[in-house]
Amino acid sequence: MTINHATAAEKFNKDFDRTTWHDETLWWVRQKRDRAAFSIPEWEKLRDTASQIKHNVLSNLDTYLVEFEKNAQKNGITVHWAADAHEHNEIILSILKKQGVTQIVKSKSMLTEECHLNPYLAENGVEVVDTDLGERIVQLADEPPSHIVLPCIHWKKEEIGVLFHKHLGTPEGCADPTLLTHAARENLREKFLTRRVAITGVNFAVAETGEFVVCTNEGNADMGAHLADVHIACMGIEKIIPQRVHLGVFLRLLARSATGQPITTYSSHFAKPRAGQEMHIVLVDNGRTTQLGREEFRNSLKCIRCGACMNTCPVYRRSGGHSYHNAVAGPIGSILAPNLDMTKNADLPFASTLCGSCSNVCPVKINIHEQLYEWRQVLTKSGHSPTAKTLGMKAMAAVLSNPSVYRLSGKMGRLALANVPFVVNNSLNPWYKQREMPEPPKESFGEWYKKNRG
Amino acid sequence: MSREKILAAVAKNKPTSTPLPQIQNFGNQYADLAEQFRSVLTTIGGEVVRVKDWEEIRAYIQTHFVGFRIITTIGELSDMAQNSWLQSDPHSLNNVGLAVLQGQFAVAENGSMWVTEAEMGQRAAPFIAESLALVVKISEIVPKMHDAYARIGSADYGFGAFIAGPSKTADIEQSLVLGAHGPKSMVAFLID
Repeated sequence: MTINHATAAEKFNKDFDRTTWHDETLWWVRQKRDRAAFSIPEWEKLRDTASQIKHNVLSNLDTYLVEFEKNAQKNGITVHWAADAHEHNEIILSILKKQGVTQIVKSKSMLTEECHLNPYLAENGVEVVDTDLGERIVQLADEPPSHIVLPCIHWKKEEIGVLFHKHLGTPEGCADPTLLTHAARENLREKFLTRRVAITGVNFAVAETGEFVVCTNEGNADMGAHLADVHIACMGIEKIIPQRVHLGVFLRLLARSATGQPITTYSSHFAKPRAGQEMHIVLVDNGRTTQLGREEFRNSLKCIRCGACMNTCPVYRRSGGHSYHNAVAGPIGSILAPNLDMTKNADLPFASTLCGSCSNVCPVKINIHEQLYEWRQVLTKSGHSPTAKTLGMKAMAAVLSNPSVYRLSGKMGRLALANVPFVVNNSLNPWYKQREMPEPPKESFGEWYKKNRG
Repeated sequence: MSREKILAAVAKNKPTSTPLPQIQNFGNQYADLAEQFRSVLTTIGGEVVRVKDWEEIRAYIQTHFVGFRIITTIGELSDMAQNSWLQSDPHSLNNVGLAVLQGQFAVAENGSMWVTEAEMGQRAAPFIAESLALVVKISEIVPKMHDAYARIGSADYGFGAFIAGPSKTADIEQSLVLGAHGPKSMVAFLID
């Protein structure tokens, strides 16, 4: 049983200084995003355009998928289709078995996290080395990433120093980011040179040309793919865009929204396998077609995984990515997760203040906070909302629907606050945490009205 | 079969079709494209050197990369670099100190340069080398990514990449470190 968001967040908040540090680091990234966005006069127009392109994609997704498949095949790429996570994992294992390979490198792919590919391959005797530095750090620590763009944003450099001392033999006490990064570089260079299969994610796949684009700063996707005999790229079906020219819009938005960079160091366009190489692409549904059918939530499929909504979210910043117990955390993760498993992820749409900051920064203009609100209705109606909230709401409904009960409970509340405040001012009342209860009024409005106007 | 299942589910669940928007060009806000390019690329860890001719590039390489294994696909530099590497196993490029490649064009707004497999010689070359130098004609700088894709058009390539600076990471406490996996330094030669 996963711990719910509120409980996990409470645990995260026990270390006050660390929570503040986490909060400020992400806010700094958000500010970098602002500076980058404000330097582009047509920024808002770009967001509109991107959102409209994505809407067109969702409304013609079947046509574009078939077009992409046809063009990719013409380019010499083998296309696979996976209905769910399990099929995705099986397809990859079958390619590895055919190659007789038990060790592979993988660059960042949130889809493979979503499908739990690493544990599946491990169970089947395949060692996966994650090559993105942040992902390598959390992998060595046996943790999932806590952020889709900044996987180890919750780790301090001293802790990484201890981890690398243990696993990579860096000097004890070394916490210098340059030295640690270069130690990882050397260690991973050897993996790139010896692994015959590389897995990458996909940022965009172009229906018109059958090519796909992978964006990294480290160059790890390229190091893996160009040195391997077999390149497997994994993508959710919503990553399709219609034409190459649309990349101009998305590549202007992606890195600026993610980290405030004008573009990632590498925006690699894979169109054909190199001579003698095998290239595979796995198109994965895993609940996406279901989400497409939910009118209120289908816009969540426009997401380009920039992470801007996380960096700006006051709840994410002060609760940490792991408290969301889902491959994609934060506001966008909280509208994607209930689609994957309503029971397990019913708490996530409630992990928000609905302040709307996420929607304001989203480069494809997903109405994230409205969808969070919508999910609350859906989950409550279908009996999935958190128990404490459901009981509270039921009690409130009973009180509000009966005038005499309403009057009586108001009076009792005022009496209690005035005479026995410890009944409500205690840790059993979640509203008392971080808050003072109000001074009770002497009489209710109803009583005042009766006396003065009645 | 999953393919049919997925396509059928999409067909059933997709919303009513909306048209594709017109992709605007948004014009050019930069007075000096070379200066804009230089300013952005140096901010993200690259170096920009303006040169008049190939001789200047030669001189720069001779000063800065003494004793390195240098590879190139550029005819003008063939005497100072190896070109026998084109057919070799890409793993053997692991000890390359400098790769000098031609960029088709550069983009002012983000400091990137477009390089395809044809200029790379081998796909691994710009990534595996310790340092990367890209040569772009100063007349071949476009303002924005929309212009870039207009330039690329329907070009047929096996692999192509926008490259903007050296390989980098900020995964450890958001501290910028150059040389995560690929080149630790990158220089763009803008040639007249």
